[in-house]
Amino acid sequence: MVETKGPTGPPHGPAPSLWPLGFAIGLTVALVGLVLGSWSTVAVGAVLLLAFGFVWARDVATGHGAPPVVDEPLAPGPESARHTVPLRSDRDADALPVMEDEEIETYPRSAFLSLSTLGLGGVITGIVAAPVTVFAVGPAFVGQGEEEVDIGPLDDYPEGNFIVATFLARPDEGEVSRRTAYVRNNGVVDGRPSLTILSNRCVHLGCPVQVNGLSLEGQKKTVEVPEGPTVELTPTEAASGFGCPCHGGQYDTEGNRTAGPPVRALDRFRYKIRDGRVILTSSYSVGEVDGQGAEAVIKAYDLAMPSVHVDGPEAILYPFEPPH
Amino acid sequence: MATTAPRRRRRQSKLQQAVDIPLDWLEERSGLVGATKYFLFRKVPRDSSWWHTLGSATLTAFLVQAGTGLILAFYYKPDPDKAYESIQHITNDLTLGWLVRGMHRWGASVFIILMFFHMARVFLFGAYKYPRELNWIVGVLILVTGMLEGFTGYLLPWDQTSYWATVVGININASAPFLGPFIAQFLRGGAEIGTDTLSRFYALHMLAVPGALFGLIGLHLYLVIRLGVSSPPWSSEGAGRDRAEVKPTGRAGLTRGRRV
Ligand code: HEM
Ligand code: FES
Repeated sequence: MVETKGPTGPPHGPAPSLWPLGFAIGLTVALVGLVLGSWSTVAVGAVLLLAFGFVWARDVATGHGAPPVVDEPLAPGPESARHTVPLRSDRDADALPVMEDEEIETYPRSAFLSLSTLGLGGVITGIVAAPVTVFAVGPAFVGQGEEEVDIGPLDDYPEGNFIVATFLARPDEGEVSRRTAYVRNNGVVDGRPSLTILSNRCVHLGCPVQVNGLSLEGQKKTVEVPEGPTVELTPTEAASGFGCPCHGGQYDTEGNRTAGPPVRALDRFRYKIRDGRVILTSSYSVGEVDGQGAEAVIKAYDLAMPSVHVDGPEAILYPFEPPH
Repeated sequence: MATTAPRRRRRQSKLQQAVDIPLDWLEERSGLVGATKYFLFRKVPRDSSWWHTLGSATLTAFLVQAGTGLILAFYYKPDPDKAYESIQHITNDLTLGWLVRGMHRWGASVFIILMFFHMARVFLFGAYKYPRELNWIVGVLILVTGMLEGFTGYLLPWDQTSYWATVVGININASAPFLGPFIAQFLRGGAEIGTDTLSRFYALHMLAVPGALFGLIGLHLYLVIRLGVSSPPWSSEGAGRDRAEVKPTGRAGLTRGRRV
């Protein structure tokens, strides 16, 4: 026989039971329901989950279904058979020592010392850990606001076709902050220029979407902007929409999702025209766009991360967004 | 001229002393020699097989990662402007850099794959059952931590593949309800991937995650040694039957016997 180390005797754990299986099925159904966005499926799953979870927990708590503990020296008589888990003190009252003279309750020195060691250790840990934790987490959430970006004169954006504009979102961080927007000049409406400015960040999982059409690399030009780093403009022709290289998400020319996994329309930039120059002020997320160009009706929401639902019931799952 | 037998014996015992004295010194002061012997010569099931070597294979893959990773860190520069160039430098210019980088890159996949093989062996043998459930749980933690190591390491070459794969990975985190967007922003170190993302991934990949892995693997091995290795499910000895008689073949103790 192979000698195996470790505890001998029966395992101290719950007995085999089928309830966890039902629990797992309920969980799966509920999660599948969440993914499919079908609330009735979620409800069925939740009911299964709760029901099986309850009986499982009850069995564990009451020792129901646990194998009878066989105590060798005592032959299992009718009395111990009634209790699945025999209580020693029931059968043998002497097992519990009976204190005759109650000792006067004291607060021993050792208890004081161990408590004060624990307390002091806790205080020291807290003093060190608190600032370190704030430093680890804080900077990622503070000062994340968007800066205004100058993307060149309006004259560089001729009417009609999309222009691919790349610019530095945060000039102080350098090239790593270079972003891309698709800018289309819709012409002058009511005496004011109208622009459609789409972010190229795929709202599935953030890959850079590309123009479905001709990108006229030969006509690329760079524009100087006051902040220093240049803006690059590449004209396109006959764009029928945008496509994502990562998982095949497709969008139309207004940024509406037409195919693939993205959960909403492409994000957009707010803009203003100052001294004839186009300034991006901030970006926002879009549920859906009705109509085209200057007449488009845009369902706008606060900027959300890719893959996050901004409308529909799923939006409930994302009540807060970190600062952008 | 041949040495005489007693002289050879005397020389041998001198040699023996040269080994024993320092070992005894160490043992008396630390007990480490006994502990090592206990570890190396502990009993394992007679019918344990090649399947049982998958855990040690995984351990070897992990140690290779730790070693090659340390050397890569001698030359790698975790800065958005230099990271890509420093990787090119390691691969194309430095002596045998291509080899060590290749070992680390391919070894990463080997490590993960071996973890899954080892896990499959434990699962299919039923080796996760009492009293080894806790070691299965530790194993699951190792698996998750190991994959986090892979995720943080993948960004470091700072090329198009690694950049966009990390963007996608972080945004998958963001898609988790409620806390997802916050975890994603923490991983990114801000609203967008930037300078801070690379350095924090580097710190996680070089220090925090491997440290956690070392600790978890230590715990894992402690439990393996404390509980012993389980017999395979087909083991007749494990089922309580007598050991089959074995007829020795070849030189005693060197070759496996044949069952009679
Ligand atoms: C870095 C990764 C890992 C290393 C280095 C490692 C190492 C080992 C080693 C050396 C053994 C001894 C027996 C054998 O080799 O089969 C072992 C056993 C075991 N491992 Fe792992 N392991 C890892 C990951 C995992 C994972 C992911 C799981 C499961 C989720 C797991 C669960 C177990 C269990 C339950 C045993 C006991 C098996 C028995 O006693 O027969 N391990 N591990
Ligand atoms: S990231 Fe665009 S389709 Fe997945």
